[in-house]
Amino acid sequence: MHFIVEPGFFSSQPVHVALTIGGVVAVVSAAVGIFTVIRGQSFAGHTLTDVSTAGGSAAFLLGMNPLLGFIGLSLVGSGTMDLIGVQRVRGRDLATGIVLGASIGLAALFLYLDTTTRATTGATQQILFGSIFTLDPGEVPIVVAFSVISLVALAVIYRPLLLATMSPDIAAARGVRLRPVGLAFMLALAVSVGLSSLAIGSILSTALLIGPAAAALRLTKRIGAALITAVAIGVAATWVGVLLAYDSYYWGSSHNGYPVSFFIVALTFLIYLASGLPARRAATSAPAKRH
Amino acid sequence: MFSGFMTNTWVVATVVAALAGVVGFFVVLRGSAFPAHAIPNGAFAGAAAANLLGLNALLGLGVFAVFAALGIGTLGRRGRHDVVTALALVLMLALGALFLSRSTEYEPAIYALLFGEVLGVSTTELLPVAFLAVVCIAAIVFMYRPLTLSSVVPEIAEARGVRSHRMEIAFLVVLAVATAMTVPVVGALLIFSLMIGPPAAARSFTDRPPVAIILSMAIALATVWAAIASSYASNWPIGFFVGTMSAFAYGIGRAWAAWRRSRRPATRL
Repeated sequence: MHFIVEPGFFSSQPVHVALTIGGVVAVVSAAVGIFTVIRGQSFAGHTLTDVSTAGGSAAFLLGMNPLLGFIGLSLVGSGTMDLIGVQRVRGRDLATGIVLGASIGLAALFLYLDTTTRATTGATQQILFGSIFTLDPGEVPIVVAFSVISLVALAVIYRPLLLATMSPDIAAARGVRLRPVGLAFMLALAVSVGLSSLAIGSILSTALLIGPAAAALRLTKRIGAALITAVAIGVAATWVGVLLAYDSYYWGSSHNGYPVSFFIVALTFLIYLASGLPARRAATSAPAKRH
Repeated sequence: MFSGFMTNTWVVATVVAALAGVVGFFVVLRGSAFPAHAIPNGAFAGAAAANLLGLNALLGLGVFAVFAALGIGTLGRRGRHDVVTALALVLMLALGALFLSRSTEYEPAIYALLFGEVLGVSTTELLPVAFLAVVCIAAIVFMYRPLTLSSVVPEIAEARGVRSHRMEIAFLVVLAVATAMTVPVVGALLIFSLMIGPPAAARSFTDRPPVAIILSMAIALATVWAAIASSYASNWPIGFFVGTMSAFAYGIGRAWAAWRRSRRPATRL
């Protein structure tokens, strides 16, 4: 036991906060991520993380809670992308790219102003790469509240969203209004991206959004099962990542821990690679059944 | 603004902008905005690794950018292209975060790599940058016809014997080399803006590829020059000006295209 979990892991308050927030965020990201992957909106999801970078750094500058900045600007960004047409496949690559470029420019300015005017160090590091061990326990209720909002929104639009994703024509024929459903999904995505920016940093939050969902969709084609698998993978990667980062403090003699975000992203990527193995084995053992 | 220590900056920025204009045209034509965003971030990890090991930054940038390009190209063949790109992107960023956490240089180093540092260009960096730029432009000229064909009408290109997957890999490698040399100047996050905004604007003005490429170069040059001047005058980061000016150029292009369409509705495709 001592080799796996270093002493003090279960009694440390920062660890409790990290496990709680990390777990909640992983659940929301994985659930929203399933639809992001099926709808082919990974680029949009990633763009929102960079939009939320600008929001987080602006909030830092104004002395507000970074979470409000992350979520606030992310919501504005998703609205903008919907306005200039992310729902059409043609041209959405470009529209997303333009929003991405502009938001990075804003983030550059706000981060620069953060470091020069507020005389605070660590803003760049904290906003971009996250710092799950330094989260304030007071954040927990806010994170849980936003997570519940996002999950409830997803549950409400679940059926029309699924239909609109799988076959937009049938959905339209059945009276599903595609545009509001798409917009509602983008807003849920924005909230989830804002939350994961807080946990693992804005430029890495794409990992929790896309990784578990993509792995789950390679393991099963049934949507319900994929949702549960993705949530399990996301939570497992986050918790193991937190544990490894905690342990890493005791590795070597320098007592210079490794970043949590690195472990979470690396685990997510490994799980994604491993999730391709069953399908590949099935394909090689029964080559005649392909296509 | 044009004093001695700024000369290198102007020269490098001009080379970078010209290259971004050309390569960016194909990025927009092929719809490769996401890989174009991911590969520079891979280069960021490379720079962090080189920093940690005490190697030449350009070497780290190049190796990681090409590695990211090949990874996206090969894995993307099997799975969903955008998912693979997203995962490669975050993996590279996570490695970058790891390497930076191991080294002693911290905040200013991260910031400069991500958002660019105008004043940090030394004379020894000029030659490799110019050399790589020539290599990239030569590669684009060499592949010009098959690349354009496979970008616009992939089916016809296949029928004529162009291997579209090999073309994709070749293009991603050129993209990787182009970004590796530009990252230290404009930053990993902003070379992307330069590769999207100006070419996208140029394409709203003309449909003819050669004209669009030249126009795209011109807009990129104007953007970079104006950004350096504004950054020098205001002391604000160059990244902010490159990002917003690129988006502004695209906005003008869109407005122009909309105005043209409203004037000649009959010729609309």
